[in-house]
Amino acid sequence: MGLFTELKDSISRATDRLFSEQEPKRIGIYGPPNAGKTTLANRIARDWTGDAIGAESHVPHETRRARRKENVEIERDGKTVTIDIVDTPGVTTKVDYEEFTDEMDEEDAIRRSREATEGVAEAMHWLREDVDGVIYVLDSAEDPITQVNTMLIGIIESRDLPVLIFANKIDLEESSVKRIEDAFPQHKTVPLSAKEGDNMDEVYDSIAEYFG
Amino acid sequence: MPKATNPDDPDAPDGVQIDLISGERMDGMATMEKIRMILDGVHDGNIVILEEGLTPDEESRLIEVTMAEISPDEFNGIEIETYPKSDTRDSSLLGRIMGGEEAEAKLTVIGPANQIETLHKDETLISALVSRN
Repeated sequence: MGLFTELKDSISRATDRLFSEQEPKRIGIYGPPNAGKTTLANRIARDWTGDAIGAESHVPHETRRARRKENVEIERDGKTVTIDIVDTPGVTTKVDYEEFTDEMDEEDAIRRSREATEGVAEAMHWLREDVDGVIYVLDSAEDPITQVNTMLIGIIESRDLPVLIFANKIDLEESSVKRIEDAFPQHKTVPLSAKEGDNMDEVYDSIAEYFG
Repeated sequence: MPKATNPDDPDAPDGVQIDLISGERMDGMATMEKIRMILDGVHDGNIVILEEGLTPDEESRLIEVTMAEISPDEFNGIEIETYPKSDTRDSSLLGRIMGGEEAEAKLTVIGPANQIETLHKDETLISALVSRN
């Protein structure tokens, strides 16, 4: 992208944000497959609206369509922050239907892999066009230095989007929040367990601070 | 570009073709031309090495186009590796205006997902295992 196009886009995005203060910001929940994105989205949605967003599963690519929960009102320190949560499919550079054949028959596995590829493309499109901020969810029991994480954080930074990194699954014995902090020191990392509801106060404080 | 090795062809040479693509060759190309060149090579079973890598926007579009081309039993996608970005990188707009984007160009290795496996990666070393199939 040329320098002047980039400068123009940057100014345009800043202006859009300035004049859309009344509109809830669309916060995309991104990350690799099985990081716990939908578990987190459901936790936030249940805590503040009473409804869930989508089905959770240990099988990768359970979420194969981006889903938006509108007008989630989060109250912090007497103030209300209203956001739209966009739960996105896990991003990857490869999908092999044989990954799923232990859990389902071949026809369903092929269908799931096709839908998963569409979902990844959809998630990338949302990131380029339609989100105002990003919650990047990582499984803190896994090595965070993967190409997908490096690329996605780079893409988010290149679009000047505010980003919070959530180190999920701190309830697991192998969890290491420090490994994530060391991998992405330029961003704030918040530890949590979306499944157990651990450290959710800091999660909501950070969301209000970054996206309010 | 030379004719690629087809891993399914019994008469094909027993090896893996590696295409090292210079930054100079990529300079004049549009985003989709770069993506097409990379994916055409990967579809043929080649390992593509880019001297200067892709921009974040190009990486985003590469993922999208790769997803559209995945087909059961034929193409499972790509493995892509580049060095993690350094901690001191200036990602601000001003930083990029001052030349940060130039400094970000990093060697990138791309191959078929079923033929390349990353063994180790840190800020200065990528170690990968490449198989013919």
